[in-house]
Amino acid sequence: MQVSTRVYAASAPLPCHMVSRLIEHMDITFRLNGEDVTLHDPHPTTTLLDWLREERGLTGTKEGCNEGDCGACTVMVTDDGGAKSLNACILFLPQLQGKAVRTVEGIAAPDGTLHPVQQTMIDLHGSQCGFCTPGFIVSMATDHLNGSSDHDTTLAGNLCRCTGYAPIIRAAKAAESAPVPDHMRDTPPSSFPKNSGGEEAAPPAGAKPPFAAPKTSDALAEWCEAHPDGTLIAGATDVGLWVTKHFTDLGPVAFLNQCADLQQVTETESEITLGAGVSITRASDALSPHFAALKPLFDRYGSTQVRNAATIGGNIANGSPIGDSPPPLIALGATLHLRKGNARRILPLEEFFIDYGKQDRAPGEFVEAVTIPKQPDTLHVFKLSKRVDQDISAVCGAFNLVIENGLVASARIAFGGMAGTPKRAAAVEAALTGQLWSEATIKAAIPAFAEDFTPLSDMRASAEYRLKAAQNMLWRAFHEGLVDVLEVRA
Amino acid sequence: MSVAKPLPHDAAKLHVTGMARYTDDVPTPKGTLHLAFGLSSIAKGRITSLDLTDVRAAEGVVRVFTAEALPAANDVSPSIHDEPLLSDGAIHYVGQPIFCVIATSHLAARKAARLAKVEYEQDTPILTVDDALAANSRFEDGPRVYAKGDIETALEIAPHRLQGTLELGGQEHFYLEGQAALALPQDNGDMVVHASTQHPTEIQHKVAEGLGVPFHAVRVEVRRMGGGFGGKESQGNALAGACAIAAQMTGKPCKMRYDRDDDMVITGKRHDFRISYDVGFDDNGRLTGVDFTHLVRCGWAQDLSLPVADRAMLHADNAYDLPAARITSHRLKTNTQSATAFRGFGGPQGLVGIERVMDHIAHHLALDPLEVRRRNFYPSGGSISGKMKVGVTPYGMEVTDSVIAELVDQLVEQSDYAARRASVAEWNASNPILKKGIALTPVKFGISFTLTHLNQAGALVHVYSDGSIHMNHGGTEMGQGLFQKVAQVAADRFGIDVGAVKITATDTGKVPNTSATAASSGSDLNGMAVKVACDTIRDRMAEHLAELYQTTPQKIVFADGQVQVGAESIPFGHAAQLCYEGRVSLSSTGFYKTPEVAWDRIKGQGRPFYYFAYGAAVSEVVVDTLSGENRILRTDILHDAGSSLNPALDIGQIEGGFVQGAGWLTMEELVWDDAGRLRTHAPSTYKIPAVADRPEVFNVHLFDNVNASETIYRSKAVGEPPFMHGTSVFLALSHALSDCGAEYPALDAPATPERLMMTADRLAQ
Repeated sequence: MQVSTRVYAASAPLPCHMVSRLIEHMDITFRLNGEDVTLHDPHPTTTLLDWLREERGLTGTKEGCNEGDCGACTVMVTDDGGAKSLNACILFLPQLQGKAVRTVEGIAAPDGTLHPVQQTMIDLHGSQCGFCTPGFIVSMATDHLNGSSDHDTTLAGNLCRCTGYAPIIRAAKAAESAPVPDHMRDTPPSSFPKNSGGEEAAPPAGAKPPFAAPKTSDALAEWCEAHPDGTLIAGATDVGLWVTKHFTDLGPVAFLNQCADLQQVTETESEITLGAGVSITRASDALSPHFAALKPLFDRYGSTQVRNAATIGGNIANGSPIGDSPPPLIALGATLHLRKGNARRILPLEEFFIDYGKQDRAPGEFVEAVTIPKQPDTLHVFKLSKRVDQDISAVCGAFNLVIENGLVASARIAFGGMAGTPKRAAAVEAALTGQLWSEATIKAAIPAFAEDFTPLSDMRASAEYRLKAAQNMLWRAFHEGLVDVLEVRA
Repeated sequence: MSVAKPLPHDAAKLHVTGMARYTDDVPTPKGTLHLAFGLSSIAKGRITSLDLTDVRAAEGVVRVFTAEALPAANDVSPSIHDEPLLSDGAIHYVGQPIFCVIATSHLAARKAARLAKVEYEQDTPILTVDDALAANSRFEDGPRVYAKGDIETALEIAPHRLQGTLELGGQEHFYLEGQAALALPQDNGDMVVHASTQHPTEIQHKVAEGLGVPFHAVRVEVRRMGGGFGGKESQGNALAGACAIAAQMTGKPCKMRYDRDDDMVITGKRHDFRISYDVGFDDNGRLTGVDFTHLVRCGWAQDLSLPVADRAMLHADNAYDLPAARITSHRLKTNTQSATAFRGFGGPQGLVGIERVMDHIAHHLALDPLEVRRRNFYPSGGSISGKMKVGVTPYGMEVTDSVIAELVDQLVEQSDYAARRASVAEWNASNPILKKGIALTPVKFGISFTLTHLNQAGALVHVYSDGSIHMNHGGTEMGQGLFQKVAQVAADRFGIDVGAVKITATDTGKVPNTSATAASSGSDLNGMAVKVACDTIRDRMAEHLAELYQTTPQKIVFADGQVQVGAESIPFGHAAQLCYEGRVSLSSTGFYKTPEVAWDRIKGQGRPFYYFAYGAAVSEVVVDTLSGENRILRTDILHDAGSSLNPALDIGQIEGGFVQGAGWLTMEELVWDDAGRLRTHAPSTYKIPAVADRPEVFNVHLFDNVNASETIYRSKAVGEPPFMHGTSVFLALSHALSDCGAEYPALDAPATPERLMMTADRLAQ
């Protein structure tokens, strides 16, 4: 799993008046299966799944893994950006503010008429043990609503151990042409407070930890300075596991889902800037038209549910050596925008990653955005994992190679999974730059990989395989027109 | 007729609406408490100090108990009482339960369980089969050996001889619903347990022994499981036992479910095997004999390892008539999770062994592996004159029902195998990096529990006076559609619509002394038991109605929801009412035991199986030799389900079994570190097939056959056999790699991208 931002370390607190102004207290209002629900001061890290099952008695939504990898807990969440599937097991209640949630219990019409995907799943034998089925139904109903028919991609985050998937896909296809039932078109009523209030309210009497949901970067900057030991939660696809698996004490938390300016995608003639809170789904939509290799990469980033939650800022800020967005962004020469209070600075993305678990970020500082310069599309990206879909990379390699007149005019190459951080292959770049783009040059450059990288062996891959596979990626980049196994047919 | 109809799963509508209740969904009384185990962090040694102060002080904790506090037996083993519920001081693997937390919530219990301070005296753990062999750490006093003919001579006289070794990894069940149990204390010390288990009777026994009460004081109920695959045959004993004991201690309902990581760390998996072989054969690839050695990594407790290892030996022949064979099986004891039942129960490992041998021989002789296979198939059965040659297995059982040759002929035709093999060769000739491969592998799988006394089943059927029917039997529903199939049998016996049959939860209070729903036996055994019960009631009804209408029972026909009595046709419900008024008993048990099976597992001789199920698969794959990435491009399966009770459900078992089998041999990799810690203990690191991993083209058909043995409506068991069709993918990958060099690829499993790329590299050098 990747993603989400954490602000580390402690430092001098802000003046008292600021802290008191920021004391958090919050009602969370959302719509659940068509009914409005308001929760007063929920525990900030209670997951939607636990709340549904334990508080609400809605046991249709299942816990399969409690870490966002199986999709048994999939729910549909609708906001201004439309309807999307999310994993309820790593979705915290404050993330639902102002949204509409539909669980499997709300997929059939209020009069009991089955949704088309429910009917085709019955007719075409799409369930066996039935435990994954609610998650599939919600994912399928969301796809059906959105008119999506790329089922192999959109359902990759729903695991089934019984059917072998074939009947599920038959069911999804069979339902495609059926009209969308009216009740599925959830929109949060406009009367909903998108930005729930309470920042200046008195602290609650209960012992629940305080949490905040800043509406602007400015407010977030204040909060971060006041809570240098706090945790920022964007998509919660990583922080969610700290809670559900590691029982980490997060300290004070701030949710970024209401921070509007972090959600912006800005495009100029020369660059694209993604706010840190932009989801991977939206990042893919924004970048893939410019860099074709990013679409298949992002389609393999987590699953639909994960991409809908995870953010580009989180994937960078958590400093993971195996996040899939840093390698291509480094290869594209992306720059990172950091902010602390009112001070902003920009640095090349690769410089942000100092060492394993260590980033160039001061206490109270946070990632505000990332900028990708527009350029001719010369990017190749290769991701290797045991399973094609929804698997963490053993190696992810990005090659931005500009070939002019048969020579390598410039080479920016970056890897994930090869070191303690996402890292540029400086020696390989040097071995290529200025040389003929030829087999001889590649052969000569291959030994440079060992200068750049000393990968580790772990449960995903051996060091030997990582190094060899990384080298082979250069060969693959060289073999123009070599198709991917995914494109081969019987 | 309601049998043979492709009706949906009985709970399909509940599944798709989220209304199907699993153990964790059962509404619980107020005050229900939740349990979690504290686990060992070392693989072998003794606990020298256990400080539970912080655990007890944690928020929400009601009570914490260790082995000393147990009221009676400290044992959850399904076999030889070697598996304490909570550690008695000795530690046998990383993840062994040491203590149990009772708390007010699942989360509170899990959190508290991490707070213990445990000190150990550590021993060097025995982790691998090599470690175990060196230390002679094993179950049973030595290896089991089954043999046929004179293997030494057979190998000596052979014109060709090959040796090889194959590593076969284990497999995590990854049932989507983790292990779960709920114990509800009753008055007088009785206990009702809801559990996600394939074996309610064993749960009843282990709970009773744990509480120190007779079996009659415990009632176990199972409506459904969210997948089992063998992983819920014995692995639920610990949760149910702990819940019952905690419920007795506190007087409160107690519930436990494993978080996924705990589930994967605590519970057993498929046995990993190392299989070595020495095979002799002639120029045509006909075997003279084969000598197998199985090194079976059983983990720390015996559990079901002996019958698993036995079944691997019993499938070392697969579909091949071996003139001479010897199978030597070492059941090795290691400081890892206790390996347990998993779909196929050792059969797949034995089968992949001989399929590797066939593939190796073909490579050596430069023949199409299909031809080598065909030349070694068991001869077809069904000869009336008895003149036909009958094959005999290495364990002395005649194979009289083989259809493998005809089935494979048909599949070769349907899948266009020959032309596609040629086009694969063509592709490979012009593609240096992306290599294709194709393989056809057969399956012959023995049906019956090899522990003969388990081949029995009971049923309880009531006909109410409105004609509605309450059906119960000892089988459990884990998704396979058993309940639906058996309901179709019941409906057929009474000639009514299947909707009139109420399917009810498996309940040890209704049908006692049941066997696990395992060994693919569910429909065979329980279908027969229900049939017997239904027929008993139907005969009573016929007798009474004959008397009432002045005719003979033989002339009464139950069909289309009606009872035909002479010229009159009365609705079944009315007939039931008449019988009730006539004081006819409308309730009956039914009992069935499989005939003809008899087996001596020590000698390795007898008839362990009532019959065999057959099938074959062709898979075509592509491998990127630069990365090892691969895809299944097409799979065709032809499978023998006899005269199917429900073709739709049977095809579901075949499709699902195939994908699970392919997963086992390709992407599903269990990794332990040098300290014996399982590093792949969640779906983030352990990868089961996802949707796009199914074959791009996937053709599955039932072979037109009737079971030669008298099973329920002449159907065949279908739960496990299709799992082994995944072998075709493994050997297709091997075929693809064989184009990278002259040597035999000798691919190990799981064939992960890493293994494939490294093998391709080795061959190319």
